[in-house]
Amino acid sequence: MIELEGVRKIFNEGRSNAFAAIDGIDLAIRSGAVTLFTGPSGSGKTTLLTLIGCLARPSEGRIRLDGRPVSGLPERFLTELRRTTFGFIFQRFNLIHGLSVLENVILPAAPLGIPRQQVVRSALEILERLDLTRKADSPVAWLSGGEAQRTAMARALINRPRVLIADEPTANLDSRLAGEFLQIIADLRAEGQTVLISSHDPLVVRAPVVERVVMLRDGRIVESG
Amino acid sequence: MGRTGSLMSPWIERQAAFIDHAVRAMGRRRAHQIGLWLVYTLLVFLLASVMLFAHALRHEARLLLRDAPELVVQRLEGGRHALLSAAHLESLRAIRGVGQIVPRLWGYYYDPISRANYTLMTPHDDPPPPGRMIIGAGIARVRGLAVGDLFSLKGGDGKSHALTVHGTFSSASELISSDLILMHEADLRPLLSIPEGWYTDLALTVAQPREVAKVAEKVMQRLPEARPILRAELLRTYHALFDWREGILLTLLSVVLLAFVILVWDKASGLGAEERREIGILKAIGWQTGEVLAMKLWEGAILSLSAFLVGYVLAYLHIFVAPAPLLEAMLKGWAVLYPAFVLPPRVDGVQVLTLFFFTVFPFIAAMVIPAWKAAVTDPDAVMR
Ligand SMILES: Nc1ncnc2c1ncn2[C@@H]1O[C@H](COP(=O)(O)OP(=O)(O)O)[C@@H](O)[C@H]1O
Ligand SMILES: [Mg+2]
Repeated sequence: MIELEGVRKIFNEGRSNAFAAIDGIDLAIRSGAVTLFTGPSGSGKTTLLTLIGCLARPSEGRIRLDGRPVSGLPERFLTELRRTTFGFIFQRFNLIHGLSVLENVILPAAPLGIPRQQVVRSALEILERLDLTRKADSPVAWLSGGEAQRTAMARALINRPRVLIADEPTANLDSRLAGEFLQIIADLRAEGQTVLISSHDPLVVRAPVVERVVMLRDGRIVESG
Repeated sequence: MGRTGSLMSPWIERQAAFIDHAVRAMGRRRAHQIGLWLVYTLLVFLLASVMLFAHALRHEARLLLRDAPELVVQRLEGGRHALLSAAHLESLRAIRGVGQIVPRLWGYYYDPISRANYTLMTPHDDPPPPGRMIIGAGIARVRGLAVGDLFSLKGGDGKSHALTVHGTFSSASELISSDLILMHEADLRPLLSIPEGWYTDLALTVAQPREVAKVAEKVMQRLPEARPILRAELLRTYHALFDWREGILLTLLSVVLLAFVILVWDKASGLGAEERREIGILKAIGWQTGEVLAMKLWEGAILSLSAFLVGYVLAYLHIFVAPAPLLEAMLKGWAVLYPAFVLPPRVDGVQVLTLFFFTVFPFIAAMVIPAWKAAVTDPDAVMR
């Protein structure tokens, strides 16, 4: 359960160009569900995901994770949460060039101190599941858009996060690949995975796997299913 | 975690993972890293060369003077070095505190073929038999001489004197013996035109080391044209000479070094956009700032330690195996030592440590500090 209470995010705070990208959000997100944030470009979807995913702190308000306040925690604990609780699929994937698919996937596990073979074994299982086994040793620069996204997804899943966060996951995919992505999300959902997606792609908004749609505009919730 | 399989501790597993990533990161920026490594190695090489060379020379000088007599008396005539006779020797015997007086026979010989000055000398004890000579390794090398070979020297009498090589030196100090030729009195006198009963100078032993200065004073009273030379003074002169030369060299080098240091610092600390992005990604997927730094630290350690090691070994080879071609002329410089020679290896632990601290640590700092700056900022930029 993720709870937001009066959350605001103000960029350039205190300056003349101060701007509230998130402007007072109260929201409770159930575990084990797929929640979609939608709304026009610039409405604050990405910003909201960075706040929930502990990549940044809100300027005001509180975020609680299973009842535990996280918004005020020191950086060390936020990093710990990003490592263990959240898995990110960034809009631009953010794979590290010059590394292979497998090397990218095991990266979040490096600080855990788990024997390498063990990490590689679980990485290969995930890659198998995402139909990437053949690409395990390919440099990520050679991947197609769909493959790059599935690599990013494998990396997001390697530490078995409780919450998977995907920002505009279908922005670079054609309809067939977008369908495949939604199928994978449906499979994860069936295993009880909590998923947060931001998207203004109608294909995603209308997907049956999405249980709840939260519509944003100008940093505020305008509609919440 | 670390439940099954490996016996390695999680700490080692983590470091292994960081090293693994560091090595791959270096591989990705190969050209940059190789350039940096080369400049750094050159830096260590130059510094270590000067330090090793100066240290070995200083040690040589100590050896050279260890066996030197406490007091040497020379004679001046018209302001120039002149020979001493047996009568001079007798007049000094009466001075209280003087132990033994050993008359010495030696002089310089210019060899036009190798265009070098050699030192000819008749040792007081155990000289080679007449017609034979013992030569320094430098001369043997330059003139291609081996035991049994005949070597001709042109004497002050205008005649050629052919001497057979009786042996070569295996002295602790090549600096002393490199250009030295030992021969019998009967060969040396005609070569250097020293008449019978005359000597180059006199070596005095003084019973009480504290009285050396007093004895020197009395020598001057008895023999006003004498020039007493104290070992302690020589030692000071040598040290001053070495320090001065090392100082000049380091001053000259420091300009070059400064340029290198700036280059190394710049290259090491210049965090490219790609690297900045990568640090952001690592932070975003849950690497702690300290873990990013550990990875950078390994990168810096691998680079700087290997460069230090290679630079130092190259400097060692340069000074002690190759005859220090880059520094020789600068530091040695005194004329009698013309023949090329190799210094015996001599390494000072404190010097190594000093060099290590002043090269490896700034380098690692140069790599880690910018990474640290990039790592402490919020990682939300990776979402954009
Ligand atoms: N770092 C930033 N500094 C200033 N303004 C920002 C920053 N990041 C986002 N914004 C602004 O916040 C608003 C919301 O952005 P974003 O969350 O990316 O919207 P969305 O993902 O819905 O398109 C936009 O107007 C954007 O320009
Ligand atoms: Mg966005």
